[in-house]
Parts: sequence; C-alpha cells; structure tokens
Amino acid sequence: MQHDQKYTGQDFKVVGTRPNRPDGIDKVTGRARYGADMSAPGQLVGLMLRSPHAHAKIVKIDTSRAEKLAGVKAVLTSADLPDLTNGNAGDYATLENCMARDRALYDGHAVAAVAAIDKSTAKKALKLIKVTYEKLPHVTDVDEALKKGAPQIQPACDGNLGGRYEFGHGDIEAGLKEADVVIEKSFKTGQTHQGYIEPHACLATVGPDGSGELWVTTQGHFTYRNVCATLLGMDIAKLKVTSSEIGGGFGGKTHVWIEPVALALARKANRPVKMVMSREEVFKGSGPTCASSMDVKIGAKKDGTITSAFIECRYSDGAFPGIWGMLGGMTAWACYDLKNCKSVGVDVLVNRPKVAAYRAPSAPMMAFGVESTMDMLAKELDMDPVQLRLKNVAREGTQSSYGPVYGPIGIEPTLEAVRDHPHMKAPLGKNQGRGMACGFWFNIGGQTCSDLNIGVDGTVNLTVGTIDVGGARASLSLIAAEELGISYDDVKTTIGDTNSLGHNDTTEGSRGTFSSGMATIFAAREAIEVMKGRAAQMWGIPVEAVSWENGHAVATGAEHGNLPPLSLKEIAAESPKTGGPIAGHHEVTADGSGVSFASHIVDVEVDPETGRTQVLRYTVVQDAGKAIHPDYVEGQFQGGAAQGIGWALNEEYIYGEDGCLQNAGFLDYRIPVCSDLPFIDTKILEIPNPNHPYGIRGVGETSIVPPLAAIGNAVSNAVGVRLNQVPMSPPRILKALEDA
Amino acid sequence: MRYESPTTAKAAVDLLSKEKGKAYVLAGGTDLLVRLRMDMIEPDLMVDIKNIPAMNEIKKTPSGGFKIGAAVSGAKLGANKALKKAWPGVVEATNLIGSDQIQGRCTMVGNLCNASPAADSVPAMIAAGAKANIVGKKRRTVPVEDIVTGPGKTSLAKGELIEAITLPKKAPKSGDAYLRFIPRTEMDIAVVGAAVSLTLKKGVVEKARVALGAVAATPLLVKEAADAIIGTKLDDEALEALGAACSAACKPIDDKRGTVEYRVKVAGVLAQRAAKIAYERAGGK
Repeated sequence: MQHDQKYTGQDFKVVGTRPNRPDGIDKVTGRARYGADMSAPGQLVGLMLRSPHAHAKIVKIDTSRAEKLAGVKAVLTSADLPDLTNGNAGDYATLENCMARDRALYDGHAVAAVAAIDKSTAKKALKLIKVTYEKLPHVTDVDEALKKGAPQIQPACDGNLGGRYEFGHGDIEAGLKEADVVIEKSFKTGQTHQGYIEPHACLATVGPDGSGELWVTTQGHFTYRNVCATLLGMDIAKLKVTSSEIGGGFGGKTHVWIEPVALALARKANRPVKMVMSREEVFKGSGPTCASSMDVKIGAKKDGTITSAFIECRYSDGAFPGIWGMLGGMTAWACYDLKNCKSVGVDVLVNRPKVAAYRAPSAPMMAFGVESTMDMLAKELDMDPVQLRLKNVAREGTQSSYGPVYGPIGIEPTLEAVRDHPHMKAPLGKNQGRGMACGFWFNIGGQTCSDLNIGVDGTVNLTVGTIDVGGARASLSLIAAEELGISYDDVKTTIGDTNSLGHNDTTEGSRGTFSSGMATIFAAREAIEVMKGRAAQMWGIPVEAVSWENGHAVATGAEHGNLPPLSLKEIAAESPKTGGPIAGHHEVTADGSGVSFASHIVDVEVDPETGRTQVLRYTVVQDAGKAIHPDYVEGQFQGGAAQGIGWALNEEYIYGEDGCLQNAGFLDYRIPVCSDLPFIDTKILEIPNPNHPYGIRGVGETSIVPPLAAIGNAVSNAVGVRLNQVPMSPPRILKALEDA
Repeated sequence: MRYESPTTAKAAVDLLSKEKGKAYVLAGGTDLLVRLRMDMIEPDLMVDIKNIPAMNEIKKTPSGGFKIGAAVSGAKLGANKALKKAWPGVVEATNLIGSDQIQGRCTMVGNLCNASPAADSVPAMIAAGAKANIVGKKRRTVPVEDIVTGPGKTSLAKGELIEAITLPKKAPKSGDAYLRFIPRTEMDIAVVGAAVSLTLKKGVVEKARVALGAVAATPLLVKEAADAIIGTKLDDEALEALGAACSAACKPIDDKRGTVEYRVKVAGVLAQRAAKIAYERAGGK
C-alpha cells in the first residue's frame, strides 16, 4: 500500500510527552538480559587467541597440543573459515578481520580460537597453541603511513591509500584571490573508542542440520545474520539471530567481530558456544574510530563573507579500507552557504584495528578543523564567532557542499538560539574561556519492517526490527498510541528476532525512530482499516460509513450517526467472532531522512600550572525535528556532548614504538567520569522534517560533532594559545603554553 | 589455588612461610583480585588477613600516635575523627584511592605492598614519618620509605607481612597534606603525587618532610626539598626553591600517563601547593 510520507502538521496527544521507558525497570533491577546473560545446556566457553605483534606474517599455527587437552572441544584457525565471499571485498575484509589469514595486521588481531568446557580449560588451550610469526615492519601513524617506503598493509592498495574522496563546488583558488584574510592551520585528532560499557558477547548454536541460532548484543541483528550466513555458507533463513538488550553501541556494534567465530566453533564442536570479550579485547579487537590529520584553509572578506574554504582530512582506517574519508568529506562544510568550497577525505591504512562507525562517524574530526579555523578567522576579523557563522550560514535552498540543495534546515535557528542564550552572556573568571562550534549529520532512513498486533483485551504488541539503543521502544510505543488513539501503557513494543520480521537495516545513522516510526504509523493505520471493517460488521452497516476518531470507530451519516462509537477495546473483544486477529503491517525503505544541525557552547577553566581543563558549563542546541519523547532526545544530546568532551580532553589510543596498544583498559583510556562533567544543558529546536508524517529527524549523532572544536575554542580562549591537537591532555596544554 | 583465612598474625606468618608456591596476602583485594582476573598472577596460596582482629583496629599508641591495622579500610580510616584531625594529609591521600566502593575495601598497607610508584597513600605516609610494623620470624619496625624497592617490589622477606602502620604523635603547630595530579576528577592513577608534612616554630618551618610519588621507580623522600623550606616562612623564594628541589629529584619515565617533562614540572607545582596547605594546617599565616 502506498502511503503519503509528507509531514501533516497534526496536533499530538501523546507524542511529545515523557512517560517512563518500558525497559527501565528491568534495567535498574538487573533483570534485563544483555549479551552475556544467556546460557544454553552444554554450552562451551569460546576464547580468542590474538596477535601480540603489530604486523607479522603467520608462518605456522600448531594447534595439536591444544586439541589434545582434555575438555577442549574445538580449535579454530582461518583454515576452518574458507573464503566464501565470492569476490566481495567488504565481506572478505570482515572475514580476514574476524580471523587473520596469512598475516596478523594489528596488535590484537584474532589468529585462532578455542571452545572448551570451561574458561580455565579454554585459557590453558590458548597457551598450548603455537603460532610461528615472522615480524614485519609496522606503521600506526596516519601521516607516516602515507610516506613513501612506509610498510604496506594491504597488497591490493596503492601504498596505504585506501581511498580519496572530493566534494565541493566553485573555484577555491579564485575564491582566495577575492579574500582579504586567509587563515591556514593543520590539526590532528587521536583515535578514540566508543567506550560502550557492555563488551561484545554472544551465544551461538549450530545444529547438525545446519540451522543456527545466535543470541548477541548488536545494533543490527539482521545485518549480523546476513554477514554471518555469508561468511559461514549458511542459508539466511536458517540462522535466527536474536538481539539482546544492548549496553551501548554508538556504532561499534554495527559490525561483526567474534560472532562468526562463535558460530564456526559451535558448528565444529556441535555444542553451543558462548564468547564474551574482555575489556582489553574490546579495545584491541573491536572497531574504534579513526585518528586523523588535516589541513584547513579559509579565505574571507573583511565583512566576514567566506570566499574560499578548503580542508583535506586523512583518516586512519586501521588495517582495512573503509568509507570514513568519504563520510568526513561530505560533512566538512555542510553548515555553510559557500561560493567556493572543497573538502577531501582520505582513507589511510595503518596497523591498527579495523575502524567501525562511531556516532556521526568522521564528522567530529572535520568539524574540529573547520570550526577551530572559523574561530581563528573570527579573531582575525575581530568579529563575534556566532555572527561570523550566521553571516555564512546555510539555509533552505542553499546548495550544500556535498551536493543536495537543502530543504528546511535548522543551522541558522540553532545559531540564533546560541546567540540569544544567557550562557553566552554569563561572566567568566580567571583562567576561564568560552567556545562555541557547530556540527552537522546526515541521518539515514533505510529498510524497515514492522508488525502491529491487537490482543482481545485491546492491548497492542508492536514488533519492530530496529534494536533499541536510546529509548526507541518508548518513542515507538508513543507513536502507536498516538495513531490508535489509546494509552501509552496499552502498547508493548518488542524487538523481533530475525525469523519474525522481514529485513531491517541496522540501528545506525540515527535511523531507528525515523524509519520504524514511519513503519509503525502505517502499520497502525492498516490495523485501523481492519477495525473499521470489523465495526461495520458489528453494526451491520457499510464500511464506507465508518470513520476512526480518538481510538473509536464512529458511524457517520444521517442513517447511522445515532450509533454509539465503538472503542478499540470493544472491537478487539469481538475480533474472534468478526474475522479473527486484528493486525497491521508495514515494510518500507524509508526515504527522506532529515539532516540535523547543532550548535554548542562550552565554558572551561584551565589550570595554567598543570594544563588541566575542567568543563564548567555546557549547552547543546540541536534541531530534533519532532521530539517524540523529549527526555530521550535530551539524553542523546547530552550523551553526544559527553563523549565529545572525553574525546576532546583525554581519550586516545596510545601506541608504543612496538606498534602495540598501551592503554587497552578504562584506567588509562580515560573516558570522563561523572564528576568530570557539568550538567549538560539542552535546548531542543523542532523544525519538522517535511518527509515524515510526524516531522521526525534523527537525533542520536549530531551532538558529538561540535564538542571537539567547541572545547578547543574555549581552551584556546582561556589560555591565549591555539590548541590544534586533541585530546587536549594536560601535558599537551602545558607544552603549548611553554612553546608559546 | 588455596584460600586461607587465619585469625592470628602468627598463623598468617606460618602459612606464608611454609608455602612452597606463590603466596599472596589478601586484605581488601582491590589490587590483588584485579591482577588475578587479568591473568597477571597465578597464586598457589592466598592468605586473607581480614579475620585477624588486631589488623582491623585503629588504636592510639602509648606515645600518642596511631597504630592502624593492615586490614583497616580507607572508609574506616576516613571515619576516624581523631586520626583525620591529627594526620589529614595521610587520611585524604588514602581516601583518594579508587571509588566509594573501593574505599570500603582498600587498605593503606595494601597500597604500600602493591608497591606501585604511583600509590597515593605512600608519599603521605612517608612525609608523616610513618613506620611499618612487620611480623615474620621476628618482629621488626621500619620506616615506610624503606618498604618499596621498585615497581611491584618490596623489602619484605618471604613469610613476612606488615601488621600495621604506626603514625607518630602529631606535634603542636604541625600540618600535613597530599596532592596528586590526575587528568580526571577521580577514579584515576596519580601522574604525580606530592606530600608535605611540616612543623612550625614561631611561624617558621622548623621541621619538614617532603615526599613525591609517580616520578621515579619508588616513592621518593626528598631531603633537599625539605631543606629548601626549613627555616623559612614559606615565602615565594622558599616555595620556588622547594619546587626546584622536587623537580630536580624526579627520575620519571615517559609513559601513557605523562611525559618526563610534564612530571618534572608538575611535581614542583604540586609540592608547592601541598606545602601551602600543610603550612596553613600548622597555623602558619
């Protein structure tokens, strides 16, 4: 059935309220079941053996002693995972990353695995596997990797160049000639990890008939199913994947790591196999985001009009080429209306883990370069930084730097809200500084399939296939309740397994509430059509004479208008006699996701003697489209800002001379603790997305984009020296002060 | 692995000295159990000392000092008003370790015997002139600064354990303080730690002890730093000399937590700040 996806501007009854989330009590009482909380009779413990070298040829793996150890049921190497990827380079990279083939490509790369009756036996077995390595030269720095003569990581690539992507329009050289002022600066960012609290974990079973089941913490169980089935040569329909509750993902659980190995071990051992990563394994063997290095050049007239804007950013993708340079390149100048602009995103291979998505992947780095340089330009022009941005801001009808012409967008309103916010006028003390910055993220739609079933008591089961990582079940329940005209408490939203629904794309790109919200609306409307038919039957009148208002079937027209309305509950109660269960269903590739913008303000205090930065005050202004459940929208704003603060100040993968990761743990990979953060103030702007019935845009990612630059600007203002490298750790700040 | 839970110090010593394999003393376990879980150690014997009554007490000594049992937790230390009043620097240093949950378990002696150069309570104990009461074949008492011999290494012989820490009687007109530098606000390991204990006579520093953490293979007692402030009213010149002496004493490493350059500079800064707090606590103006 075709449905009109356009925004209607309707008034809402329950959408926009803030009820408790349905998964809340289970989570706070410990009843919620996460990836490691499932067990099966006879299950084995699976453990991975990982490379201790940054780069090495695998000459030989001798598993014979491990196989002989009592209690070991399966030992696995790449020989057990033949290449079934049919020439698909992406799938092959995934296969090689899950289990090294002829070479270990980074410290922590999986090289073998065991399944044994318990953990201590499995640990003993790992020690009995003898791997003969031949160490190869390594490179972990993004700029070093591009130099001539750097150790080459993938034979198929040109040196370590994984890809180069250019975006923009106009003529930047001509633009520079028009400029009164030109600012040029280089920047670097460290590699960061999403830092989700729950490590990767799964329970895999494969029966003798070749059918399998996987219980797993994931952002996309359908994607995991498809990838695992491909790598293991299974039929998609015969692998049932159930997503557990998820303890954070932020992009890191969009990709398989241990899961194909767990299934392969289970198949080999003919027993269920549970694998749970340690924190060290999460840091070394999952997918952090890129480190980056970039050069920026902006030219402007005295009045602040930008005449030329250029950025090139080099992203370290780890040992496999990704799309990170492309994504970054698209985001670079998206906030501005520019005559001449160019952005280049470069993917670079290094001996580090295979990069995965991290919340608005690649955008925070570009924004650090762009928004820091914008601040330098404002200083040079003696112009207010907000005014400078407003002077060049993108609006509806602007040709974006990455191609599309914008519809209604929120960057100008967020900047105006920042300009007018009391935070901007609050006094600052000694050693304190204020910074602001803007950010952009695309948001996506994609494939979605939802079911809505109405029980005989009138309560509703909504089954969706996009996992809930940020309060989506609450939001989708609100949407179903709104459409059906019933109470939020009468809707129970469940994430269905892969056997219960058609394909759903992964919860990524801030698509969950946008796309499943759309499918929910149309599934509910389909169920309403069914209920109108049932009401017509109950009344004995033509269905054309029935309308649906406020959760009731209403008979219309002079002939039937005196019939009392029938509630959803009344219709549901009669359903066994009027044609059986009442259901609605919708599948869609949800097009038209709305882009989202944010502007942030931050105050910091820097101790000039130790270089330590304390964030004093933080304000997020972001366009959410329609905020379905404002609490969880605010939570996303705050979460993005918190992760950005960690990235800006202390988080960083630290590699030694040997190319090995030195801080694979939360002690020395320093994410902010609660007391490091002020209460993060939020302001939701609601500029409806014209391509969604409720005006929904994605909200989850944009607010990690501005913090690096906002804090960089604040620190630079506090100390009077421009910081051009994150994290702005105390030693770096102190050194910058001494060098100044 | 064997787990034993003796009720006397003598029984603990017997267990430890007779064990042929690797034996470890368990008090709060906040370091030991983490190392066990991370496969850094494979003990044959673990001797839990929490059931030894004397090791769970904080007692006033006949000379007016304090004897703090080896199993006394950071939280219990923090709740002892008399101790906190006499040695606020030592108590504050111990209370910096870990989180609230860790404070319920961690101990000063554990912090000392874990022998990390970055241990928070150790520089504070050294500055305060604390002594370790060791039981083994014989009883012996040694200054705390003689316990740690290198990262993870102590001067304790096989079969020996520290039963208690003794803090001297607080002198009139004296004060102590400990500060550490961490990039975060809590839940972190010191990049630099500095402790100062001093006694005033007519507003002039008469006695002082200065100790540093995380700037060398062991915590350091820096005599030159103490000398820099003895005989002064902690004026700017004295503070500068103190900072310089501390920086000069540092033999740090570059690692994931900080650079040599950074540690050397910040050691001086923290010692100056700690000295000012100690001076105020001693009644100096």
